[in-house]
Amino acid sequence: MSGATLLKESGPKEVFCGLTSIVWLHRRMPDAFFLVVGSRTCAHLIQSAAGVMIFAEPRFGTAILEERDLAGLADAHDELNRVVKNLLARRPEIKTLFLVGSCPSEVIKIDLSRVAENLNIELKGQVTVLNYSGSGIETTFTQGEDGALKALIPLMPKSDQKKLLLVGTLANAVEDRLISIFKRLGIDNVESFPPRQSTELPSIGPETKVLLTQPYLTDTARELKNKGAEIIEAPFPLGVTGSTLWIQAAANSFGIDKSIVDSILNPLISRAKQALAPHVEKLSGKKLFLLPESQLEIPLARFLSNECGMEIVEIGTPYLNRDLMKAEIDLLPPECRIVEGQHVEKQLDRVRDSSPDLVVCGMGLANPLEAEGISTKWSIEMVFSPIHGIDQASDLAELFSRPLRRHDILKPKTLTSN
Amino acid sequence: MELTLWTYEGPPHIGAMRIATSMKKLHYVLHAPQGDTYADLLFTMIERRGSRPPVTYTTFQARDLGGDTAELVKGHIKEAVDRFKPETLLVGESCTAELIQDQPGSLAKGMGFDIPIVSLELPAYSKKENWGGSETFYQIVRTLLKDQSNESKHTWQEEKRRPRVNLLGPTLLGFRCRDDVLEIQKLLGQYGIDVNVVAPLGASPADIMRIPNADVNVCLYPEIAESTCIWLERNLNIPFTTTVPLGVGATQDFLKELHEVLEMEIPQSVNESNNSKLTWYSNSVDSNYLTGKRVFIFGDGTHALAAARIATEELGFKVVGLGTYSREMARKVRPAAKALGLEALITNDYLEVEDAIKETSPELVLGTQMERHSAKRLGIPCAVISTPMHVQDVPARYSPQMGWEGANVIFDDWVHPLMMGLEEHLIGMFKHDFEFVDGHQSHLGHLGGKGTENINQGVKTTISNDSTNTSNNPIWTHEGERELSKIPFFVRGKVRRNTENYARQAGCREINEETLYDAKAHYKA
Repeated sequence: MSGATLLKESGPKEVFCGLTSIVWLHRRMPDAFFLVVGSRTCAHLIQSAAGVMIFAEPRFGTAILEERDLAGLADAHDELNRVVKNLLARRPEIKTLFLVGSCPSEVIKIDLSRVAENLNIELKGQVTVLNYSGSGIETTFTQGEDGALKALIPLMPKSDQKKLLLVGTLANAVEDRLISIFKRLGIDNVESFPPRQSTELPSIGPETKVLLTQPYLTDTARELKNKGAEIIEAPFPLGVTGSTLWIQAAANSFGIDKSIVDSILNPLISRAKQALAPHVEKLSGKKLFLLPESQLEIPLARFLSNECGMEIVEIGTPYLNRDLMKAEIDLLPPECRIVEGQHVEKQLDRVRDSSPDLVVCGMGLANPLEAEGISTKWSIEMVFSPIHGIDQASDLAELFSRPLRRHDILKPKTLTSN
Repeated sequence: MELTLWTYEGPPHIGAMRIATSMKKLHYVLHAPQGDTYADLLFTMIERRGSRPPVTYTTFQARDLGGDTAELVKGHIKEAVDRFKPETLLVGESCTAELIQDQPGSLAKGMGFDIPIVSLELPAYSKKENWGGSETFYQIVRTLLKDQSNESKHTWQEEKRRPRVNLLGPTLLGFRCRDDVLEIQKLLGQYGIDVNVVAPLGASPADIMRIPNADVNVCLYPEIAESTCIWLERNLNIPFTTTVPLGVGATQDFLKELHEVLEMEIPQSVNESNNSKLTWYSNSVDSNYLTGKRVFIFGDGTHALAAARIATEELGFKVVGLGTYSREMARKVRPAAKALGLEALITNDYLEVEDAIKETSPELVLGTQMERHSAKRLGIPCAVISTPMHVQDVPARYSPQMGWEGANVIFDDWVHPLMMGLEEHLIGMFKHDFEFVDGHQSHLGHLGGKGTENINQGVKTTISNDSTNTSNNPIWTHEGERELSKIPFFVRGKVRRNTENYARQAGCREINEETLYDAKAHYKA
C-alpha cells in the first residue's frame, strides 16, 4: 500500500443503515419486493430517504412490530406469515420477496431464514422468498446491497461457460454502454448481477470472471469466489483512469491483446479528457472533505484528486475493506488521510478547521454545512446517478463542480443559520 | 404486526426530537443504533433548517451488545453535556434501545450533573410521533415546574396590567406553525393581549420557567399541548382555551372564548367577518361555482376538524369524507363526521384512504403528502392541509393557517387547485371547441397538457378494466360511450360509475345513450 494514512475513529455516527439501499434495489429489480421486518422507525426511515422520489405504489414496505409481537417468538413468525400472504395476494406480480432484517428484528432474534424457508415450501416456487439483514447495528447504507446480492447467490445456476460478470447495481444506460465496450474488445459473454429481473439470475462457475462495479460488495465477492468465480482485481470504474484500468484488467484476464484494448479505449480517453477540462478548471486546487456514507468515498477522492486536481483534506469511510480497496488506495496521493468509522462531532470540527470548498456528506448534514457557507454534495446522489465508465467521467466531475459554480453565482452571501 | 407501505407518523422518539429541536439550550441524548440518525434530515431537508437537531445518538452496534452498552451510553451523555452545555438534558431511547433495556434516563440521573434531566419513556411499539411529542413536552414542563406553587397568583386586573397568555403547542415539522405563531401574536396584540411564552417553538428551559406568569394558556395544537395544558390547569391553576383559531368562524370563537376566560369584554370587532377576505371572496359571484363542490378531508385531527368546518360553513363545499390518522383525536373527529352525515375514517393505512377517495369521487382532496400522491394517481386536485408534508409544503413566503390571514391563505390554497368559476362554465359551454381538449385546465400549469392526458387515460383504463373484470357489470354500447365522452372529463369518472350503479340496480345489461340520461334523472331526483 502507498503512504496514505489509515486512521480509525469511533463515536456518534451520522450514516444511513443498510435498509436504505432498498430505494435503489427495488428500481433495479421491478419484479422484487422488499419487506422490512422492523419498527415504525424503519418504515419512517425508508420513506424519508425515498419519499421525494417515489410516486407509484412502492415495491417495498414494512411489517411493523407491535407490542404483542414482542411477547413471543412463535407469534411473530405466524404474524409474518400472515402479512406476507396478504402482501402476495395484493401484489401477484411479485416474483422474489426479500425479508429484510432490521435492528429490532435482530435484537429479538426473529429467525427470518426459517420464515423464508417455510414460506418457500408453502408457496411452491410461485414466489422465491429470501432474507438478509439491513440493520443499522450490522450494516451501513450501501452494505444492504451486499446483503441482498449475497442472498441471491445460492439461486444462481451453475455454468462452465467463460464469461464476464459485472457485479453491483448500475444505471441501465451505463450498464448497456459498458457491455457494448466489452463486446468491442471481444468479450461477448457479459452478464450483470443483480439482473434487471430478479428471476433472470446469471449462471456462475469456474470460468466466470467477476468485475466489481461497486466497492461495497465484500460478502458478495467472497461468496462468488466460493462458487468458483475469479474476482478480477482492479480499481473501480469511476473517472477516466479508474474506468480504463478496470476495463483493462478485464481485458487482461480474457487475454485480449493490449494493442486492441488501446486502440478502442484511447479515442474514448481523449474525448473524455476533453469533456473533463472545464470541470478540472473549476475543481483544481479546491479543498475537498469526504464524510463517510456510501463507501464510494475512496474511489471518488482518487478521481477528484488525480484527475481533477482537488486537494483532499480527509476521506471518511464507514468501514475499510483493505483487500477490495487495495488498488484504489495505491493510486491515492501519499499524503491522503483515510479515517474509518466516525465521531461526527469531531469530524465536523475538522471540517470547520480546514475550511474546505466542498464537503461530500449525508443528507442530514448538508444544509447545516451550507448554512455555514460550505458547499456540499449529497453522497446518496452517487448511488443513483450514472457515473461509472470513461464516458461518464465528465458527468461525475460535474456533480462536484456544480455546487462550486453555484456558490460563485449566488451573491451576496447573506446566509444565516436559523 | 402491521403491514405498511407509507406511514403518516414516525415513531414516538421523532416526536421527542421535534420538541427538542424546537427548543433552545436543550440537548437530547438518544440511545439508538446507527441509521436512526436519518431523523436529522427531516429537519434539515423537509424544513430546510440550517442547523442540526440538538441530538446526540449513541449509535451502538451489534458488537457493543455483548459488552457494556450502559458504559457507552454514559460516555455519550458526558461528552454531550461537556460539548453542548445544555440548560436541560433529555435522555431517551429509540425502538431498538428500548429492547435492550439500558434505562439511559436513570443512568444520566446517577451521573451527578447540576442541570435538570428529563428521562423519556416513549413506548415505541405502541405509540407514535404526535403522542411522543406531547409526552415529551409534558415531561419537560412538569420537570421544570413541579416545584412552583400556585399561591400568591394575581390576576391581570389586580396587577393593573395587560393580560398575558402563553401559546402552547407549535413545533418544528408541524404544519405552518412558525407563521401561525406570528399571526396569533399579531391578532392578540390587536386585542390588547400580550404573549408571555411561546413553547416549545423557540423556548429555552428558562422560558418554560416563566409559563406560570401568564393568565391563560392558549392550546394552539392539541396534539402536542393538550396534556400539558391540563396539567398546568390542575397544578398551577392556569386555565386554557380549547378552540383552535383555524378559519374565520373558529377565529371568532377563539377570541370569544379567550375573552371569556380572561374575563374581558368582547369587542364588537370580533364578530366582524370582514376581518378576513375569505368571507367576501366566498360571497363574490365568481365563487358560485364552489357551491356544493365535493371535498374529501383527511389529516391530523386538528386540521381535519378545522377543514371540515371551513369547507362547509365558509366555502359552501360538501364534505363527502372526513378522517384522521391520529387515533388520539378520533373521539373528536367521529362526532364531527356524524354531524355531516358521514362515518369518520380513522386509519393509518393510506391505501384505505385512497380507496375511500376513489369511492366518494370528490372534486377536491384536502389531505397530507400521502393524499397528494393518491389524488395525483386518481387525477383529482389536492391541497395539503396537514402533516406529513413535503419540502414544497414549507413555503418561503409567509403563509399561516390560523387567524384572519390564515383564512385568506386557506382560501387561496384550497381554491387554486380547482378551476376558476368562469373557466369551469366555459369548458362546459365550449367543450366541443378544439381548444378545449380533454385535460385542458387553462391556468393550471401543473394539471394541464400532456401529463394530464396520461393521468386521465390512466384513470379511464383502470375504470374500464374494473368494469370488464366483474361479470355482473353492464356493458357500454358505442352510443353510450360516445354520449359519455361529451361529459366534461372532470366529472366523467363519477358519471360512469353512477350510471353503472344505476344500470345494475335497474337490471340493465347494456348502457346506451338513454340509460345515461335515465341515470342522470335518477340521481338528480
